[in-house]
Amino acid sequence: MLKYIIPLLLFVVLAVFLALGLKLNPREIPSPLINKPAPVFSLPVLGKPEQTFSPDQLKGKVWLLNVWASWCVSCRSEHPVLNEFSRTHDVIIVGLNYKDDARAGQQWLAELGNPYFLSVMDQDGRVGIDYGVYGVPETFVIDKKGLIRFKFTGPVSMKAVNETFIPLLQQLQAEAP
Amino acid sequence: MKTLIFTFLCVVSVTVIAAVEYRKFDSPQQEQAYQNLTNELRCLVCQNQTIADSNADLAKDLRRQVYEMLQQGKSQQEIVDFMTQRYGDFVMYRPPLKPKTIILWVGPAVFIVIGLVVLVIISRKKAAGAQSVALTEHEEKRIRQLLEQEDDA
Repeated sequence: MLKYIIPLLLFVVLAVFLALGLKLNPREIPSPLINKPAPVFSLPVLGKPEQTFSPDQLKGKVWLLNVWASWCVSCRSEHPVLNEFSRTHDVIIVGLNYKDDARAGQQWLAELGNPYFLSVMDQDGRVGIDYGVYGVPETFVIDKKGLIRFKFTGPVSMKAVNETFIPLLQQLQAEAP
Repeated sequence: MKTLIFTFLCVVSVTVIAAVEYRKFDSPQQEQAYQNLTNELRCLVCQNQTIADSNADLAKDLRRQVYEMLQQGKSQQEIVDFMTQRYGDFVMYRPPLKPKTIILWVGPAVFIVIGLVVLVIISRKKAAGAQSVALTEHEEKRIRQLLEQEDDA
């Protein structure tokens, strides 16, 4: 009897591991930046290159940093979601226009709508490296103290907005600055 | 034909050169450090390539970052820290030994030990089984009967 039970048990254990493995997303790498201060930068604003933006200008506010680019295909599917999110909610989304051509970026916003509070230009991708960006789009949630509290890799869906971002933003809004 | 081959080779060699990045190093040690680091760091876009192997944009940027930090006189450890602070341990092809990564380091050895133990147990059982192949009295009788039947036939 044992002769049959042992292989069966081994099979079940293996099957459980493989089933769990199927659900994992190898592209999702946990960010070591969670609960750490958002890296400092000062970058020119897209469309107004004479102005610069740095994260401490939003100290005391909860905001999102969304990494996007006009060459990024999945950003195109994410864009309507961000438009809808910023239209229906009081949310500050800062765009990090990553390794993009300024003109192409502006044209993209003119065509598809602009959900951003503003976008900054990271043309050589250095700020991207500081934020550990490895796949566009990525979205960071930054709290009132300027700490990164959450990172979302890949295009944000309406489901993620409703189930993840809105509850998290409400929770962070309630925190003391 | 010769000129054709020559032209072809020229075109090919130009494209090969175009893909190579030229970097000037201050010393052979620095160049060695650059080679070590770019062969140790994972390209996070392609995941199964080092940043030395990959042609992805991010890998190019990370190579540039490594080069610039070396030029600034940063040590290899400082550069590794810089990368892991941003991308996590996953950026290292050889993750550091930590409680979280211990299974990666000891897992293979544990499985080999388990395998060897099972192998020993099974072979011992087999050896033990081989000795006890004595026939019962009844079986011996039956065999003799069968042999006799054959003789008769």
